Amino acid sequence: MTPRPSFSKKLAESLVPAVPYLWLGLFFLVPFLIVFKISLSDPAVAQPPYKPTFEWGDIVGFFQGLDLENFELLTSDDLYFSATLSSVRIAGISTVLLLLVGFPIAYAMARAPVRYRSLLVALIILPFWTSFLIRIYAWIAILKPEGLLNQALIGLGVIGEPLTILNTEAAVFIGIVYAYLPFMVLPLYATLEKMDDTLLEAALDLGSTPWRAFWTITVPLAMPGIIAGSLLCFIPAVGEFVIPDLLGGSETLMIGRQLWSEFFSNRDWPLASAVAILLLIVLVVPIVIYRDVESRRVETRA
Amino acid sequence: MPPPRQSASVGAVRRSFAPWSDPEAKPLIRFDNVTKRFGDAVAVDHLSLNIFEGEFFCLLGPSGCGKTTLMRMLAGFEHPSEGRITLADRDLAGVPPYRRPVNMMFQSYALFPHMSVERNIAFGLKQDGLPKAEIAARVDEMLRLVQLERLAKRYPSQLSGGQRQRVALARALAKKPKVLLLDEPLGALDKKLREETQFELMDIQHDLGMTFVVVTHDQEEAMTMADRIAVMDHGRIVQVATPGEIYEQPKTRFIAEFVGDVNILEGNVLGQENGLWRVQTPSAEAPLTIDDPDEVLHSDQAVAIAVRPEKMVIRRDPPGPDAINVLTGEVWDIGYLGDWTVYRVKLASGAILRVTRANRSRYVEHPIDWDEQVYVTFAPDAAVILAE
Repeated sequence: MTPRPSFSKKLAESLVPAVPYLWLGLFFLVPFLIVFKISLSDPAVAQPPYKPTFEWGDIVGFFQGLDLENFELLTSDDLYFSATLSSVRIAGISTVLLLLVGFPIAYAMARAPVRYRSLLVALIILPFWTSFLIRIYAWIAILKPEGLLNQALIGLGVIGEPLTILNTEAAVFIGIVYAYLPFMVLPLYATLEKMDDTLLEAALDLGSTPWRAFWTITVPLAMPGIIAGSLLCFIPAVGEFVIPDLLGGSETLMIGRQLWSEFFSNRDWPLASAVAILLLIVLVVPIVIYRDVESRRVETRA
Repeated sequence: MPPPRQSASVGAVRRSFAPWSDPEAKPLIRFDNVTKRFGDAVAVDHLSLNIFEGEFFCLLGPSGCGKTTLMRMLAGFEHPSEGRITLADRDLAGVPPYRRPVNMMFQSYALFPHMSVERNIAFGLKQDGLPKAEIAARVDEMLRLVQLERLAKRYPSQLSGGQRQRVALARALAKKPKVLLLDEPLGALDKKLREETQFELMDIQHDLGMTFVVVTHDQEEAMTMADRIAVMDHGRIVQVATPGEIYEQPKTRFIAEFVGDVNILEGNVLGQENGLWRVQTPSAEAPLTIDDPDEVLHSDQAVAIAVRPEKMVIRRDPPGPDAINVLTGEVWDIGYLGDWTVYRVKLASGAILRVTRANRSRYVEHPIDWDEQVYVTFAPDAAVILAE
């Protein structure tokens, strides 16, 4: 006979599954609602710098004070539209570059002898031990006209004049690819490492060249990793602020930077919040659609 | 369900199929003094072997004997460290797997999980760039052959083990290769299904007239299916022969013990009388008489006598005074298997014999019981002498 579970044990058992929801509610949903509320407010010279603020006494007045003015402004001003578009473009190109760089790395890691694999994973994560900001600053020293890269290239006689890389979009791509590489490599490695080598042997045996076997077997089977890695890189890259600010030029338009300047330079919290909401919609909607399609595809096979 | 064997004459044709005993016949596959090393380990050791067109050939041996390595060299996944492999007189050295007229059915089946049954089977045909209509026709033909027409659109994860095995077979057969390699093809199936599938494989092989090379560690499987069996041990071939020869005339003690059950009686040769060998053993009072004329032995040579359990007769009444090959002992264990009963008989020397008896009738009066004193006899030609 097992003793009846005590009340406190039962309570604990029912609370444990609630913990993640509690966490998400407290640190994601509530802040989101606050930001959403601010985006519907008007800027004001006050503390906090928007109105209306919530008061129990005047709930009706509070709701009447909310409107979509900020979103109307976002749609009427080309700047936000082109900043969003430019962010998506930069993040998209970066993601493709990350795939091109990350896939061979992940593939080589998955093919390495088992005893070296955990070491290789550790090496991929190693840069995280240094501050992100310092690593990006280091790139300034490398990319600037009299920096390491130009000195090396001139020294080797490859170029006569220093290249202008810093403060261009190219520098932003370099920075994003460098900073986000682990987020691309790790999910790719996880799927490639699980892959059964005999599948490739079977493909070769059936007359497929190694190149074709790569495209018909390896890539489709690595798709979950490709998608996970791409999302992990694309989403934060769209909202990236530090890298374009430090490495990009003044003409590098990104929505994260726009948000920063609305918030800090213009002190327009409501408009900054509206930009944040816009960014969220731009990012979340395609993911939700993708997830939905994917789960239906998986269901038909399971 | 496996289709019935087509006619009695098929069996008759098969019986006369023996290209290996025809000195004129040219082998399809030839291993010529092949050695394969992995670092210091020798997986295949100076091995030579001929396999003929249309043969159902089994490589049999315990795990680690080199049989899988031998097959993988034929498929092109491993390369010989020394020696030569030819297929239809063409040296296979440097020919990549995708250019060999050989297909393989993998032990794990290696079905592509992201492709339906249909697309798995079509995969090899697509690599050849066949026209679409032809691919579809061939896929249909293969699906019919393995009776999976209804499951064409399914994915491997939606199939049972037996169905996956059939898809793997169909995929490997689709290109109609000269040689089909099967790596433990029935290893993952349960016993009933395995037996059915054995006969099915034989039918398919016969109908398509293909050469099959099967790797297995299961001697029963090899015995059932093969035209010839090569028994391997430590990277070498110990004996290549028909299943009957392997079982009835094993060349070494290893083969006698690996293929089927066997009783080994150790002894010393006394001499030859009327063409029969006389061997003294501690297991019997009188010398044993063995009819194995092919052996060349000398007096006092240490030998092992191998007798299969079903070729021994167990009885409780003492045999006549002029009976030969009589061993006495007491029943140690009885195992009733339904079709057979297995008796373990402990001899005075301490050795334990295994004797089987077919249960031909449903009721036996006074069956032989535990601890009973019994006599075990066998005919002179029931035994094989294995020189130590």
